Amino acid sequence: MNATALPASLSDVRTTRDARADKLFRWTMTGAGMFVLISLIAAALSMLWGGREALQTFGLGFFTSTEWNVGTREFGALVPVFGTLVSAGVAMLIAVPVSFGIAVFLTEVAPAWMRGPVGMAIELLAGIPSIIYGMWGLFVLAPQLSEHVYPWINDNLGQLPLIGAVLSGPPLGIGMLTAGLVLAIMVIPFVSSVMREVFLTVPGRLKESAYALGSTKWEVVWDVVLPYTRSAVIGGVFLGLGRALGETMAVTFVIGNAYTISAALLEPGTSIASTIANEFAEATDPLHKGSLLLLGFTLFLLTFIVLAIARLMLRQLAKREGN
Amino acid sequence: MNDAARISVVATQRHDEHSAQAKVKLAAKDLDFYYGDYHALKNINLEIPEKRVTALIGPSGCGKSTLLRVFNRIYSLYPKLRATGVVSLDGENILDAKYPMNRLRSKVGMVFQKPVPFPMTIYENVAYGIRHHERLGKAEMDVRVEQALRQAALWEEAKDKLKQSALGLSGGQQQRLCIARAVALRPDVILLDEPTSALDPISTSKIEQLIEELKHQYTIAIVTHNMQQAARVSDYTAFMYLGELVEHDVTSTIFSNPGKQQTEDYITGRFG
Amino acid sequence: MSTSLYTFRKVKNGVALTLSIAAAIFGLMWLVWILWTTITKGMSSLNLDLFTQMTPPPNEPGGLANALFGSVVMSLLAILLGTPIGVAAGTYLAEYANKHWLGETVRFVNDILLSAPSIVLGLFIYTVMVAQMGHYSAWAGAVALAFIALPVIVRTTDEMLRLVPQQMREAALSLGVPQWKVTTQVLMRSALPGIVTGVLLALARISGETAPLLFTAFNNQFWSTDLNQSMANLPMVIFQYAMSPYDSWNSLAWAGAFLVTALVLLLSLAARTILLRNKVTHE
Repeated sequence: MNATALPASLSDVRTTRDARADKLFRWTMTGAGMFVLISLIAAALSMLWGGREALQTFGLGFFTSTEWNVGTREFGALVPVFGTLVSAGVAMLIAVPVSFGIAVFLTEVAPAWMRGPVGMAIELLAGIPSIIYGMWGLFVLAPQLSEHVYPWINDNLGQLPLIGAVLSGPPLGIGMLTAGLVLAIMVIPFVSSVMREVFLTVPGRLKESAYALGSTKWEVVWDVVLPYTRSAVIGGVFLGLGRALGETMAVTFVIGNAYTISAALLEPGTSIASTIANEFAEATDPLHKGSLLLLGFTLFLLTFIVLAIARLMLRQLAKREGN
Repeated sequence: MNDAARISVVATQRHDEHSAQAKVKLAAKDLDFYYGDYHALKNINLEIPEKRVTALIGPSGCGKSTLLRVFNRIYSLYPKLRATGVVSLDGENILDAKYPMNRLRSKVGMVFQKPVPFPMTIYENVAYGIRHHERLGKAEMDVRVEQALRQAALWEEAKDKLKQSALGLSGGQQQRLCIARAVALRPDVILLDEPTSALDPISTSKIEQLIEELKHQYTIAIVTHNMQQAARVSDYTAFMYLGELVEHDVTSTIFSNPGKQQTEDYITGRFG
Repeated sequence: MSTSLYTFRKVKNGVALTLSIAAAIFGLMWLVWILWTTITKGMSSLNLDLFTQMTPPPNEPGGLANALFGSVVMSLLAILLGTPIGVAAGTYLAEYANKHWLGETVRFVNDILLSAPSIVLGLFIYTVMVAQMGHYSAWAGAVALAFIALPVIVRTTDEMLRLVPQQMREAALSLGVPQWKVTTQVLMRSALPGIVTGVLLALARISGETAPLLFTAFNNQFWSTDLNQSMANLPMVIFQYAMSPYDSWNSLAWAGAFLVTALVLLLSLAARTILLRNKVTHE
């Protein structure tokens, strides 16, 4: 017999030893996986726990109150929540069409040699830390807006019926609209890269048959590519929305940190993340701190729902691809 | 001369060279195999003779690869797959849970369809399996590696590149490296799962020549969808269809005078 | 075929495609503007003092030495903490729980962690570490950053391991080598460039994060090597100095911003090059 040199008995011992080592390895790996699972649950619960006093004191009215008074110890989430939703909403309004345009450009319009570098440049935007966006927004963008753009908007568009109320306000340069714009610039790289990846998965034959029928490039995009990738595109948009909702530093610099709810976008406001960022360090009152933590939990819940929807939508396309 | 006749001439030539009776090395008895609820192999009874080449042929989905993979229990990786029955190697049932995996793997080696060199040097690729089973000094290991590479007809091409990455080899060379890897453990049986289907004709014939030489030392079972290859290299051929073993005989007989109509239909290309 | 309909479609096509070019220019314009600002404002404040002097009181000369030190220490600690768990969890997902419902759940949770607001993770570590210990600490900062690095590493490890062909697993196992050795010696080696890329990307990500440090390591005016106390770090210093009305502080903030941006871009480029180079040799 020319089998390997180990005698049968040693080989058998080896087998049991290997089996035991395999089991230990498997348990360690599984443990790490469970750690990830537990982390998220722990994060959610810890903020809920930290905010329990606030929840007990204010009950569900916390979410509908516009009060935020450190002196009288009355706190309510409505103003920051409004600010978060509006700034993110403005951001998505700007970012979605622009991202779509960029994705179309990169997949249909740009010559082949341009696609790589331009795509990479846009992704570099995604890597720039948010604090840089915030600083640039405060020191560079805001002054420009306050001098050149906002006065014009307020004077000319502010008089229009309906949307005039929205497009008005003091030309401070900082405020809800600026925050929305900065967020949009931050979010565009994410959404456009998801869209681009997803557009590239459309089978060539599908597009070719449309071209063969005489469709223009735009018609192929609108009638073939977009319907095919619809759920993933929505997923990408939600991914961007999740990011916009949770962004802290970029918003804190430029939102103005004023405790008001206003329809006018040029007015300053505040968001959940910027409220927490600004006040947490100095909050000595446990109720104040608890309210901030409860705000954090609210943000977590909000982004969780948005990100879960995003993932669901992205999975739908992956499933169709047979992944 | 048509295809079938040509094949049978080749097969007959081979048979005449090995007419001595061989003893049984590996035998499947009442073997059934399931993918979940799907009954993939039905009541297989097959004997693989020692130091001969046995080919498993049949159309796609007939179960030939499945059967091959039972012989080294590689299927146990996947939870939904199970086998019932007996597969005996040198008289011991390898399907028994108590049969030690290490012993099985050191006695039965496998080469896959796609050459998969490990991301290591050529030397390391060959030494990797040995290292797990034996403790050898450097000089001894060098000898073993050289032996394995010679057996795989790769030594001349690789001896100056031993410390280079195996990923730099061509497809045919990589597959011979995989064969070297398998023979390095000095197994009794070598299982080949469509080893040349991803290779060009020149590499294919090199490997077929290799099989000719390897069978003097090892028992070989080869799955192939190329009938001509089966006729060229094998001593015995088993024809499978839809999970059943239809016919198993000396290769020349299968290709010149098959017993079952189904076999003849497949051989002559009436279906495939 | 009516020519006016054809012309209309052609015009629509032209307009749409022109708009897409405009969108691309719009997107790139901001990038150029932001980078330009960072480079010009940052480089004008760049000098050797940045690396040798401590953070100063307002309107006094100084540098960012303690902040740089703190950031380096906490980032490295975060990677040291996050990488083993991340690689292990990624291995779990790819090798043991792939296509399993529990694995899918962990992947889902990991994706949420990946995109979750970093301020949430900062608050989490605040409640479990800072509140318990009663004070800020560099340890807490490192742990918070580790939680941000973790999902990145998990995801890249998972995806890279899943790219390794199944036949390589089977080939190694059929040599009799046990699962754990196959995973660590063959599979991870095969996926190594990808895993390293993941670590680099995670490092790039945590280098610029401010929010989690707000509640954990906070900031420190002085040089400190005590991991149990608050520690200076670049993002927090930038935040404090940029929001202040003092010009000297603002310049330092820009210098810091330049350094952070340069680091992040370098790391991202390095990660991309590794991935590209190995994609070429593997196939």
